Amino acid sequence: MIGIIDYGAGNTASVSYALEKFGVDFIVTNDISKLEEVEKIIFPGVGAAEAAMAKLVSYNLISLLRTTKKPVLGICLGMQMYSKHSEEGSIECLGIIEENCVKFPANEIKVPHMGWNSVEFREGSPLFEGIPQNSYFYFAHSYYIPENKYEIASCANGVKFCAALNKDNYYGVQFHPEKSSTVGLKVLKNFIEIVN
Amino acid sequence: MIAKRIIPCLDVKNGRVVKGTNFVNLKDAGDAIELAGRYSDEGADELVFLDISASIEKRKTFIEFVRETAKTVSIPFTVGGGISELSDIEALLKAGADKVSLNTSIVKNPSLITESAKNFGSQATVAAIDVNKLSDGYRIYIKGGKEATDIEGISWCKRVEELGAGEILLTAMHCDGTRAGYDTEFLNEISKFLKIPVIASGGAGNYQHFLDAFVLGHADACLAAGLFHYGEMKIKDLKVYLSEQGINIRL
Repeated sequence: MIGIIDYGAGNTASVSYALEKFGVDFIVTNDISKLEEVEKIIFPGVGAAEAAMAKLVSYNLISLLRTTKKPVLGICLGMQMYSKHSEEGSIECLGIIEENCVKFPANEIKVPHMGWNSVEFREGSPLFEGIPQNSYFYFAHSYYIPENKYEIASCANGVKFCAALNKDNYYGVQFHPEKSSTVGLKVLKNFIEIVN
Repeated sequence: MIAKRIIPCLDVKNGRVVKGTNFVNLKDAGDAIELAGRYSDEGADELVFLDISASIEKRKTFIEFVRETAKTVSIPFTVGGGISELSDIEALLKAGADKVSLNTSIVKNPSLITESAKNFGSQATVAAIDVNKLSDGYRIYIKGGKEATDIEGISWCKRVEELGAGEILLTAMHCDGTRAGYDTEFLNEISKFLKIPVIASGGAGNYQHFLDAFVLGHADACLAAGLFHYGEMKIKDLKVYLSEQGINIRL
């Protein structure tokens, strides 16, 4: 059973439709007792960091997200919430990794970084198993986590940034696997079937 | 670097695709969800659905259509047509749309852009702009191109960016349906100051037109409708051509 955290993120429906395609059992919930029962957690995210953090606080999910030993997949804003601090709204985030989340400099590049970009991943990561190197994934974001020691994939948009990371049981992708066609669905499937 | 996008646009009325010339003379082009799935398989980078039946009683049908589409395709899509309230935006995004395009409503109430960006993010807030080239310059039109305003085109593009739009869907009405090419002059003009991506729309007729919009107009994406719907141009062939011309394209 997969638990999708329901905290008003914009892509909750799309992530659940993707899981429906695989025929896996999942629940969409913000109930801690239910999330404690699931095997893996998907932490979706679209919207503003400040509002998202406030929602997590109001559902009392902060401590669960910080201490869980279950595999967690943070998507887009979900991954950004792993950071210590986000420039978006200047807020404290979960602090699962030491990096901060910062805004793209809008002098030479278009912001939001919106569209398909090629992703270079570290060979051997279960999340990218069976996916061709430099495949294109769909991104839609204005803030990013810089390259760091937990990075398992990178992408370039003016600056090089962290496109996917893994620290212990925490996985994160800055792109939207649920919107990245065949390769994206494969990432979700890998998280569900291979990551443990 | 980020790839240039090819986006088929589907005008939807009661779940079916219609597309006319210069915003009139609707022609039927088939079941919308089926077509959306086909485009996704052929390599479309994104889809745009415009609800042209936009009356209140049809709104619910469209939300159901959005939900079914989100279940079928796994590429991003934008929906538009008659959206005037934050609650409309919320319902469409919750049903599975990635972005909403706002047109007439933001001309009448520009703060809707800011409100949408604040609540759902800039990346979900697309300003759809219908511009027409008149003898004295570029003018903004509303209500599906039926009503002229006194707003000048270039300044309106600047304004929607300042208000928080994350993208501009720019339709050149004077090119739409002509198959004579996008308005690369206007696109180039706005590319000089805009920091948000621009989708060029109106006028695509051949491969060269797409290339021109990217190279001369500096567009981030190109949108077309009829050209794709009737099978005259295959998205895959177009993308191979553009890639061969040195454009960064997702193949």
